[in-house]
Amino acid sequence: MKSDRQFLTDLADVVDDAALDGLRARLAEQAEADDLLDVAYRTMDSPVGPLLLAATAAGLVRVAFECENHDDVLVELSTAISPRILRSSRRVDDVARQIDEYFAGRRRVFEVPVDLQLSKGFRRAVLTHLLEIPYGGRESYALVARSAGNPGAVRAAGSACANNPIPLVVPCHRVVRSDGTYGQYRGGAEAKHMLLTMEAGA
Amino acid sequence: MQPFEAIVAEHGAVVMRVSRSLLGPVDADDAWSETFLAALRAYPSLRPGSNVRGWLVTIAHNKAVDQIRARQRVPVPAGDLPERLAGEEPGPEPGDTELRAALAGLPPKQQAAVVYRYLADLSYADIAALLDCSQAAARRSAADGIAHLRRHYGKDLS
Repeated sequence: MKSDRQFLTDLADVVDDAALDGLRARLAEQAEADDLLDVAYRTMDSPVGPLLLAATAAGLVRVAFECENHDDVLVELSTAISPRILRSSRRVDDVARQIDEYFAGRRRVFEVPVDLQLSKGFRRAVLTHLLEIPYGGRESYALVARSAGNPGAVRAAGSACANNPIPLVVPCHRVVRSDGTYGQYRGGAEAKHMLLTMEAGA
Repeated sequence: MQPFEAIVAEHGAVVMRVSRSLLGPVDADDAWSETFLAALRAYPSLRPGSNVRGWLVTIAHNKAVDQIRARQRVPVPAGDLPERLAGEEPGPEPGDTELRAALAGLPPKQQAAVVYRYLADLSYADIAALLDCSQAAARRSAADGIAHLRRHYGKDLS
């Protein structure tokens, strides 16, 4: 005689992933319509590795490199913003398209709303200033500190750049050391080198 | 706290199994969506360390019970059902339908205990908490439910 569990599972349907994929996509749509989708995200491939793109209703809130571990980043967003996080392309597809164009050399300015809520105070002032550094431009950490309103805070400016939650779109890669060397980058020194070389060659 | 996407990924299948066993494949899709939408709404206030599977399965079970009640309230209009065409054989019934009929015949507490134990794989301690009874009572409800199912529906299966 079969076990009770076997008896019942034999009667139950196998739930296949394909059926659930459709329902999960629908859940994200319904959540958005009901104002319950606090953070929507997707991933994309890029010349600097896979990227995670996350957006609130206000705008792009986080871009993460693979070396940051996307799962860890989602847990951080869950704590810092809201655990109501679902994979959903709609809100971030436009950003993904613009990043593709940027790497293809067809875009110099990102036209997406950004949500700077993950950065406070001076760090936020630094990020706001970074948005003004044009494609192909370079600034020293000292100049960034001065432009953000605190000339003495060079080290803090460096840390604001190193912790920029929206790299690429908020172009912290355009900030370099006064001696011309590249300095640290969230996505790794190699990625920063690649971006600056790409922008210089265009 | 886990992002909600991880919760859906981990527990989506078990919620679907529970919904289908009580409602059948068509209505189960709606019940699944309603369950996760309600869960998403409440998720930020879920206590840390909660049994997430038990919580979701309870919502799913309640949604199914609501749907079944609503269905029973809708009168079936006489004469609107199409006659079965001559020569058309009813197709083989999926196992799911059989299970649904079997579960529907159980008293509510036995039904819940069977679904929680054998489809959602919850422990008797969890089931006791969900049904607000002792572990022994939870075990008894599940055993009585299964015995009933075996008596009435499992003749050819055992």
